[in-house]
Amino acid sequence: MDLTSASRIVVIGGGQAGAQALQSLRQGGYAGALTLVGDEPALPYQRPPLSKAYMKGEMAEERLYFRPAPWYQDQNIEVILSTPAKRIDRVNRKVELAHGGQLDYDALIIATGSRPRVLPTKGATLHGVHDLRDLSDVERIRPNMIAGRKMVIIGAGYIGLEAAAVARQMGLDVTVLEMAPRVLARVTSPVMSEFFETEHRAQGVQILTGARLDHLNGEDNNVTAAILADGTRIEADIVLVGIGILPNEELAKDAGIACNNGILVDRDARTSDPRVFAAGDCASRPLVHYGRSGRLESVHNAIEQGKLAAAAILGKQRPAEDCPWFWSDQYDLKLQIAGLSQDYDEIVVRGDPKDRKFAAFYLRNGTLIAVDAINSPPEFLASKKLIMSGAKLAPDVLGDTSISMKDIAAAALAA
Amino acid sequence: MTKIIYIDNDGTERVVEATNGESVMEAAVKNSIPGIDADCGGACACATCHVYVDASFMDKVGEQQEMEKSMLDFAENVQPNSRLSCQITISDALDGLKVTTPESQH
Repeated sequence: MDLTSASRIVVIGGGQAGAQALQSLRQGGYAGALTLVGDEPALPYQRPPLSKAYMKGEMAEERLYFRPAPWYQDQNIEVILSTPAKRIDRVNRKVELAHGGQLDYDALIIATGSRPRVLPTKGATLHGVHDLRDLSDVERIRPNMIAGRKMVIIGAGYIGLEAAAVARQMGLDVTVLEMAPRVLARVTSPVMSEFFETEHRAQGVQILTGARLDHLNGEDNNVTAAILADGTRIEADIVLVGIGILPNEELAKDAGIACNNGILVDRDARTSDPRVFAAGDCASRPLVHYGRSGRLESVHNAIEQGKLAAAAILGKQRPAEDCPWFWSDQYDLKLQIAGLSQDYDEIVVRGDPKDRKFAAFYLRNGTLIAVDAINSPPEFLASKKLIMSGAKLAPDVLGDTSISMKDIAAAALAA
Repeated sequence: MTKIIYIDNDGTERVVEATNGESVMEAAVKNSIPGIDADCGGACACATCHVYVDASFMDKVGEQQEMEKSMLDFAENVQPNSRLSCQITISDALDGLKVTTPESQH
């Protein structure tokens, strides 16, 4: 559908994807009405620092915001905050708002993001039990980040481990509970899991894997302990829950837009309704380098899909789809991930994890599909190119640190 | 306020009044300077804020850290005056700093 004559565009959700869509629409020359409606009270801000520098108090709040408030006025963007969208009326092309009122659209971008999974155990609603997703969560958590306090983190994913690193650096007594037999089990290989477990333990974090939480104990409605299924009691002044996220797809689903663990979109970020787009955590998109679709929970994905949706609405050429990439900062470790490692059939470790500078390459049928690089930008950046090229790589060459990554990449790309 | 001048690959100049303490990347993003995407928000993770620093300021913008060096090693069209703008902190000494954005970022 040609939407180049659209004169009313509504963006639901002011996260990374929504903010990018606004910027790309204006930068792309769109001069019509543009409205952002978001359920949070704050202007669009970066989420990654919430579990890193901002949580640690090393970053001023104003540096979280993508743009200062006057930018939205300068760009003639109507911003409606603290207002969830209630319903999408696709027939009449309206978004109904929770507090009354409605917005007409010619094109709609759903960038509603995701929400943390709720802890299904008793005690989940006690005072002192927190998610870590929004700025408001960090505002609640931070006053309790005091040296000597006991923090229990449920879930050893990236959010949980990043928070553990921050809390340890601030002098808290930290225990991480993970149901799986290893940390980061859902997202990476055993070699990386072992590395991070070793690092966190060396920093004084207590990590319990294979730990089944039975419930949280409280007194006077304040959390006091986590109780495991085997009866183990772990004292807690504060509990962080990081057990994954769920896509906020209900708005689309209720409007009859196709969803399946995320709002289904094509390469242009377009949903089953040609006037409606979805971008970011809430969308399930074609993963063009992998021949399948899926949901990606990352900054890169949010930015890329925000750009794709804007380009499609404006009738511009589709921007190139980059290899998916991610990063995580823990202590002085920078993990950079390129590609998606699921379904690898071979793993090659380049360098020695003991040096805290190494990379794990994931291959499938001799083709590089992903890398986890610790303090190793060359391995990360070269892999991004190699993954997109589909080049074949010899495992013994990849693992040979006497050959520079630059030379390995050049040879493989020339072959 | 410190004056920073951003130059497009086609020569267009944009002057920004920046705040000391923020990075050359942050000042660019806040002022919608094209060609500086800064996808990672300044975590030195993406190399999308690459700039060329004017020769007269090369000794004032500070040394590259190891991380930045290796990121730049793989960026497009790297020159001896290449820097990641997220790693340059604005101070009085940088008043009048000129940086040019590479063509590949446009």
